Amino acid sequence: MSTVALSTPTAAGRAGRPGFPGTGHRNLHRFLATGVLLVGALYCLLPVLWVFMAATRTREELFSSFSLAPGWNGGLWENLRDLNDYRGGEFWRWAANSVLYAGAGSVLSVLVSAAAGYALAVYRFPGRGAVFSAVLGAVLLPQVALAIPQYLFLSRIGLANTYWSVLLPGILSPYGIYLMRIYASSAIPSEMVEAARLDGARELRIFRSVALPTLVPGLVTVFLLQFVASWNNFLLPYVMLSDDRKYPMTVGLFTMLNQGANQPALYSLVIAGALLAVLPLVALFLFLQRFWSIDLVSGAVKS
Amino acid sequence: MPASPPRWYGARVPRIAPYAFLTPAVLLFLTFFAVPGGYAICISLRSAKVSGGGIGVREEQFVGPETYTRVLSDVEFWAGLGRMLAYAAIVVPVMLGLALLFALLLDSSVARARTFSRISIFLPYAVPGVVATLLWGFLYLPTTSPLTSLTDVMGTGTINLLCSKAIYFSVANVAVWGGTGFNMIILYTSLRSVPSEIYDAARIDGCGEWRMARSIKIPLLTPALVMTVLFSTIATLQVFNEPMTLRPLTTSISWTWMPMMKIYRDGFVNADPYTAAAGAVILACATLVLSLTALRLVQRRAFGEDR
Repeated sequence: MSTVALSTPTAAGRAGRPGFPGTGHRNLHRFLATGVLLVGALYCLLPVLWVFMAATRTREELFSSFSLAPGWNGGLWENLRDLNDYRGGEFWRWAANSVLYAGAGSVLSVLVSAAAGYALAVYRFPGRGAVFSAVLGAVLLPQVALAIPQYLFLSRIGLANTYWSVLLPGILSPYGIYLMRIYASSAIPSEMVEAARLDGARELRIFRSVALPTLVPGLVTVFLLQFVASWNNFLLPYVMLSDDRKYPMTVGLFTMLNQGANQPALYSLVIAGALLAVLPLVALFLFLQRFWSIDLVSGAVKS
Repeated sequence: MPASPPRWYGARVPRIAPYAFLTPAVLLFLTFFAVPGGYAICISLRSAKVSGGGIGVREEQFVGPETYTRVLSDVEFWAGLGRMLAYAAIVVPVMLGLALLFALLLDSSVARARTFSRISIFLPYAVPGVVATLLWGFLYLPTTSPLTSLTDVMGTGTINLLCSKAIYFSVANVAVWGGTGFNMIILYTSLRSVPSEIYDAARIDGCGEWRMARSIKIPLLTPALVMTVLFSTIATLQVFNEPMTLRPLTTSISWTWMPMMKIYRDGFVNADPYTAAAGAVILACATLVLSLTALRLVQRRAFGEDR
């Protein structure tokens, strides 16, 4: 008797919850919730959709017909060819520079962050608290405002307008160190390190052969965050570089747009360039989505 | 190259290795954070003075806090600061409100098309700020905007989204577009790490989705929300890329529209590194003080008791 009395409210609760299919209330909720999400998705896709369409339109079409419709007169080919010819293929140079700055910079950044995060997570040593406080403080530092002092200092020591001036300041990522420290302390138990030590492994060897393989999901996450940050970086290369052959894509497209104010013909090239700037990153993300653990980013937030 | 430590027996902790592992980070910190910061402070206390009568000779000399008083008494500086705060007051609540809404919808069992929506809303994160502004700029620009075709049909006359009244919202929209997805993913993954027994218990108690979001999910999200608000605010206070990229398309954005733009103009258009350095120091300190107080006020736990 008592079991029946107990189970009845439970069953009623299940049937009555809005998650049960078949009720009108539920359908309305589903419709509204799905609608809101789809409006959000559409809002986020709209500019990307527009750039796809606009890149297929010829210069004349760009300013005439409805601008969310594609062009059918070979506009895409024409725009890409013009972009390719722009100042003897300068756009491709910018693209290669972006790959260099973001690629090499992020790999180095991941290594530096992993080493520092590992040291903070695994060892107990004098000054550890001070270093970790410095890392936390540096996370809060406004990176953009720092670009001007970095320029003043690097131009003083004669490094401004070199590849190094864009590559080196981007390597240190306080947030990356913070994430690696959080990840290392949960992924590397101290028994593991001690066991390796007892086997006679030296510290560098333990880091390379025991710690790094364990840290891979964290490394991928920091790599992606850092890659996007430097691929998207604008102010630092914009102030550091005066030679346009060293520009990354963001600065290159910006200067093209600036000239476009007097030369509207350049707008078509800027649009084609924007399309080419977006594609690789979107592809990289869709591809790496399953490998990275954004849980880490939010996990760090919750700790 | 870390120095090889002496041999260790048992569980004794090595003394040199941690410092060796930290060396690259510390060197980079000193060279690209600490020293430039200190150098900027030095520069900001100096100025180029014209000495001697007639033609005069420009030479650099120590002037003390003179540059700071000049920057702080500049009307344009305060106007830019006001515009920046107005801009942040639009961007931060709208962006995080949308991020929270989408995260809750993705986490609820009600909505359909969740994977598609999640990926689509996250997509703008992969688009560089300059490129995003460029795309929206063309969508705003009356000659290339699809809105123009619409208003032509309706006969309402052209709407200029780049006029001085609409410009705050047009710039804010670019930032909201670019930042919502990343914050949504952070909030969404925090929600998913909540043990599902909590939700089951609430459902058994007859708790609906809306009630559950308000009474259980949002309180659980508070630490993540504090962090996202903090990081978004820091990013918003340094806004530069978006207005800078929109400038060629409109006359509504002046050189001093945002503090970061004024700093850039001082340093690179007016070739006055002293004023630029002072501006950068003021902006960095203001942001740092603001975020530290916010952090202390709202939540001491947010960053970790694990030091």
